[in-house]
Amino acid sequence: MAKITLENLAHSYLPKPTREEDYALKSMDHDWVDGEAYALLGSSGCGKSTLLNIISGLLHPSQGRILFNDKDVTMAPTTQRNIAQVFQFPVVYDTMTVRDNLAFPLRNRGSDPAYIQERVQQIAAMIGMEATLDRKARGLTADAKQKISLGRGMVREDVNALLFDEPLTVIDPHMKWELRTQLKSLHHEFGHTMIYVTHDQTEALTFADKVVVMFDGRVVQMGTPQQLFETPEHTFVGYFIGSPGMNVLEAKVSGDKAVIAGTEISLGQGFGTPTGKVELGVRPEFVTLQSGDEGLPVTIKRVEDVGRHKIVRADFQGIEINIIAAEGENISPDMNRVVFDTAGINIYSDSWRVAPKAA
Amino acid sequence: MNKTVNQKAWFLILPVLLLVAFSAVIPLMTVVNYSVQDTFGRNEFFWAGLEWFEQMLASERMWNALGRQIAFTAIILAIQIPLGVFVALNMPKKGFWASFCLVLMSLPLLIPWNVVGTIWQIFGRVDIGLLGYTLNAMGIDYNYTQDFYAAWITVVMMDVWHWTSLVALLAYAGLQSIPDAYYQAAKIDQAGRWKVFRFIELPKIMGVLMIAILLRFMDSFMIYTEPFVVTGGGPGNSTTFLSIDLVKMALGQFDLGPAAAFSIMYYLVILLVSYVFYTVMTNLDKRDGH
Repeated sequence: MAKITLENLAHSYLPKPTREEDYALKSMDHDWVDGEAYALLGSSGCGKSTLLNIISGLLHPSQGRILFNDKDVTMAPTTQRNIAQVFQFPVVYDTMTVRDNLAFPLRNRGSDPAYIQERVQQIAAMIGMEATLDRKARGLTADAKQKISLGRGMVREDVNALLFDEPLTVIDPHMKWELRTQLKSLHHEFGHTMIYVTHDQTEALTFADKVVVMFDGRVVQMGTPQQLFETPEHTFVGYFIGSPGMNVLEAKVSGDKAVIAGTEISLGQGFGTPTGKVELGVRPEFVTLQSGDEGLPVTIKRVEDVGRHKIVRADFQGIEINIIAAEGENISPDMNRVVFDTAGINIYSDSWRVAPKAA
Repeated sequence: MNKTVNQKAWFLILPVLLLVAFSAVIPLMTVVNYSVQDTFGRNEFFWAGLEWFEQMLASERMWNALGRQIAFTAIILAIQIPLGVFVALNMPKKGFWASFCLVLMSLPLLIPWNVVGTIWQIFGRVDIGLLGYTLNAMGIDYNYTQDFYAAWITVVMMDVWHWTSLVALLAYAGLQSIPDAYYQAAKIDQAGRWKVFRFIELPKIMGVLMIAILLRFMDSFMIYTEPFVVTGGGPGNSTTFLSIDLVKMALGQFDLGPAAAFSIMYYLVILLVSYVFYTVMTNLDKRDGH
């Protein structure tokens, strides 16, 4: 249970990094507040696992410092950090029984045998493996092995932080949901600092209080699921979160007007005159399809009915625009215009969000 | 579906049958043939039944050779297996030095048996050998041609030098196949070095280690050339192992019958032990769920 501070932290797998592209993890300052549950979200290769391994000490950063409760642990080995980490693929000690596997981290810390007995029983109940406690771990299914790995991660109560590196990849979907719920309740009970790496947005949004989105070795946004949804700070957050992701269109913006491919639309609030590559982002939830001659002219490509709502894929001068329409809504072929709800419009300059200016 | 009956298909396995007959069955049967007959020369043979087997089983000479053989094999296994694993654990995992060590480790394996024997024969000589001369100059009485212990130590050291590499290379291959995640998990679980070895490395290399033990058992149990070149089985009979004794009996004394009976029993012992190893190994695999 600790606050984890990253100071000017960066990491490169190359021996002598010179350019910024050489870094798998670009320089960052970040605080992980004690007792919060974070989800670390990003596509494969964006540096999530690197960051996790640096926190747990499996990797030493090329530059910067890591502090646990303001104590510098940058060079401290993993064994001294008292951190639990669960990996993507199951790691079990084959020759041990399930019970010994779960007890292993506690025994290594020299805990009291009576306490170990009791704690192992608790954890076994949590992962649903009480019946197999005395079986050898070898020969169990990948599913069961991963549950043991999770159990070993949760068995210590006094850890500084619990790190999960896409731990539910090999687990059955229904079990996934159950284990995630268990992790959440564990968090409520003990208040560990938890960091949960995933590239699955549903997993991230249901698990965490705060979601940290990484892109290309950088933390691009940290916020509540609602913040990520309403005000993505970076276009990557826009299309990575949401299904389908945010529509991003190149635009010319001045004041409260934007011109997209010759069509002027109103933004509802002023943005000044942003420079660089200017884009307008709007989530499919804030796009409405209609007929008439107001809005951007589009042609409907196809309609996907996903049950709760319909996703309309439309074409606007070669660019795909996604629209979410209510399940009962009637989509007709002569609906050839889209309009944006101004509340859902964000403006980006060189991929970063421009804050609206009070007019 | 009806199966086509075609008895001519049996001819297809004829080449293999012939090959196996010439390479194994016929030579083995010759030995069996000798073991149940007696001869007084001139290629005349008389039926002797199991007489030679009874004689060999009662022979103190054979039991002594077997005792020395078992002692030798036990000693070199007890040294080479742990030493090989220890070397493998300490070899670099990647980069230039890993390749360098691999080449270095392979060198003894590439030297022919009788050359290894000659190297150690000279190395240990009291008058010109580096080892023998140095030890004696230091005041240690070392002479493998006269002293029982010196002879044994030389022969054991030679075998360790020649074959520990094999164990090390096999164990190294086993260690290389362990995913990093296991070591990382062990660090997270705060396991010490011994526990990492005991619960991760040893279980993961158990399979190749069993192969290493089997190979080293078979090879050392049949050892002939190296001790023959170094000590010739001496001093006295102190390093006369089974093969050396067998050759003395068959070719030195030309006792074909007893030697053949001896060979067959020798062969059966190796077969039996190898079978036990095989069973243990397949059981290991089954426990792994393969």
